Amino acid sequence: MSRTLLKSLFLGLGLAPGIALAQTANAGGAAGPATDWTAVAMFFFFVAVTLVITYWAAMRTKTAAQFYAAGGGITGLQNGLAIAGDYMSAASFLGISAFVYAWGYDGLIYSVGWLVGWPIVTFLIAEPLRNLGKFTFADVVSFRFDQTPVRVLAASGTLVTVAFYLVAQMVGAGSLIHVLFPTVDYRFAVVGVGFLMILYVTFGGMIATTWVQIIKACLLLGGATLIALLTLAAFGFNPSALAAKAVEVHPLKDAIMGPIFKPGAPVSTPLSAISTGLALMFGTCGLPHILMRFFTVPNAKEARKSVLYATGFIGYFYILTFIIGFGAIVFVSTNPDFIDQAKLAAGATVITATRGFPNMAAPLLAKALGGDLLFGFISAVAFATILAVVSGLTLAGASAISHDLYANVFARGRADEAHEIRVSRIATVCLGIFAILIGVLAQSINVAFAVGLAFAIAASCNFPVLVMSIFWKDMTTLGAVVGGFLGLITAFLGVVLSPAVWEGIFSNPKGSALVTIDNPTLFSMTLAFVAIYVVSKVDSSQRASTDRAGFIAQFVRSQTGLGAEGAAAH
Amino acid sequence: MAASSLDAIQRNPKYQQLVAERSSLGLTLSIAMIVIYFGFILLVAFAPGFLGASLTGGVTTVGIPIGILVILSAFALTAFYVVRANGTYDALTQDIVREASK
Repeated sequence: MSRTLLKSLFLGLGLAPGIALAQTANAGGAAGPATDWTAVAMFFFFVAVTLVITYWAAMRTKTAAQFYAAGGGITGLQNGLAIAGDYMSAASFLGISAFVYAWGYDGLIYSVGWLVGWPIVTFLIAEPLRNLGKFTFADVVSFRFDQTPVRVLAASGTLVTVAFYLVAQMVGAGSLIHVLFPTVDYRFAVVGVGFLMILYVTFGGMIATTWVQIIKACLLLGGATLIALLTLAAFGFNPSALAAKAVEVHPLKDAIMGPIFKPGAPVSTPLSAISTGLALMFGTCGLPHILMRFFTVPNAKEARKSVLYATGFIGYFYILTFIIGFGAIVFVSTNPDFIDQAKLAAGATVITATRGFPNMAAPLLAKALGGDLLFGFISAVAFATILAVVSGLTLAGASAISHDLYANVFARGRADEAHEIRVSRIATVCLGIFAILIGVLAQSINVAFAVGLAFAIAASCNFPVLVMSIFWKDMTTLGAVVGGFLGLITAFLGVVLSPAVWEGIFSNPKGSALVTIDNPTLFSMTLAFVAIYVVSKVDSSQRASTDRAGFIAQFVRSQTGLGAEGAAAH
Repeated sequence: MAASSLDAIQRNPKYQQLVAERSSLGLTLSIAMIVIYFGFILLVAFAPGFLGASLTGGVTTVGIPIGILVILSAFALTAFYVVRANGTYDALTQDIVREASK
């Protein structure tokens, strides 16, 4: 695409939403809460910066390696920050702090689960992945197997995971903008996010996506630290005093200091606690947009370093979200400005009657502590978070379509790079439109919960296939395909037919859900592993012996990096 | 990679040492993390009363330090692995790669 065309596109697109916003704001008039102009200014500043980055990245994105993997030229620390940026999503920041706000200790169960997958990624996945793959985790899974069926499987696993993850981010974005600019319609907000994300990814590819992640990770860590410090400062830096006050004002009283087990709580039964735990831990090891990040560093050593940085940043951040959730209980639920009095009168608690429930606890706490300035900053940060994560997700989804399905399955490896990148850009636009549609449909879901479902899919399909293909010599193409699809289908049905989705999103009557467990991972992941094992064991086809014979070469490369895709020099 | 050089690498004692040490460390640490985390989850599932019990008579419960310890252990285990790998495994890998390209 020519330079001038690109430039005029960006200029035009940067201005258009501004004009539209100004018009809707005027049309809103005096009715309802006023638009927060500090937040608006910071928000547009962030968008402007990211568009400049995208423009800069677009100039540097010529080859497929640059588009998918930033040319392999990202350092361990940069990638660690970008992974943290990818992972500390709206679900983490808005969702977990909102979980803590509504249920107390149950939020910690989620944040712990979201962290403990990282050590497993470090010990088992990161280095072999970097040594074996090129652009997508399907490169690794299909290394010694029959390309067509295994790539179709890995691409399906990627796309379904990405779809659920996108829902969460889009809903988060929509609610955020709606609270931020009360006169802007939720649907308009979702369209805006989808639109910006399409721009970043189609033009800037992995280079733009990586730098947007890095900036956003720094902003988010800084912003969350600030709110947590302000919260603790109000209690003389004594966390017990904060907890005591929270217990005093929360409708659930001292129940918030332990697991709750009530219908509607994040974990409602012992079985769902275990199943959700499995999903969170092993789902991390199968998230396509995270796995893809390991191809942006030059070698296995940098891949390993980047996970250590990421684990540190993410662990620190999750401790902060816990403080933020408790801070919100104390400062938001007690402040009448943040409570919808009509809902309160209709029987809601101060928690469920909070404006922007169930996802806005953190930004409202910022407003309570630091007024419009901090609220504007935190909202802009949360928005940046969503945009960055959505971009990473879409890039992963688009790569599955262009690199796995188009280049390696449909064109059987004969597609040229320019074609492949073009397909990827088209796929990005389609995924963006899909995300917008589904974001409008799923408005009322808790974003942390929706991400939990994405993790269920990743843990039940991507993770078993990936880890078995790296370490188990007897695995065969047939075993991978049967096991992977069984895991994918059972997890997908388990999610769609669960009470939260069947009754919550598709608005079927209460009690009509066929599956009663909140999260299917306990069954679907076990099924995938068993099926991979049994089918591979009994597979006596010609292909099976080729698959098994290929293990040694794959294993030596995964351990030593000999023959691995080279670094930056493209 | 040619079959002969594959054989040579597999016969290299340094390669055997690398694979044996890294696999056993990776597996041990993974199991440690799984035990710690599912220990926590099983407490949540079957002993919520224990986690919700007051630690020293105040509002802080037993579950709070336990949860934070799980978070810290995840970082500590990762750091342990990375330090070991940076020290020992990278040197071994470089030797193996150098010897293979002779």
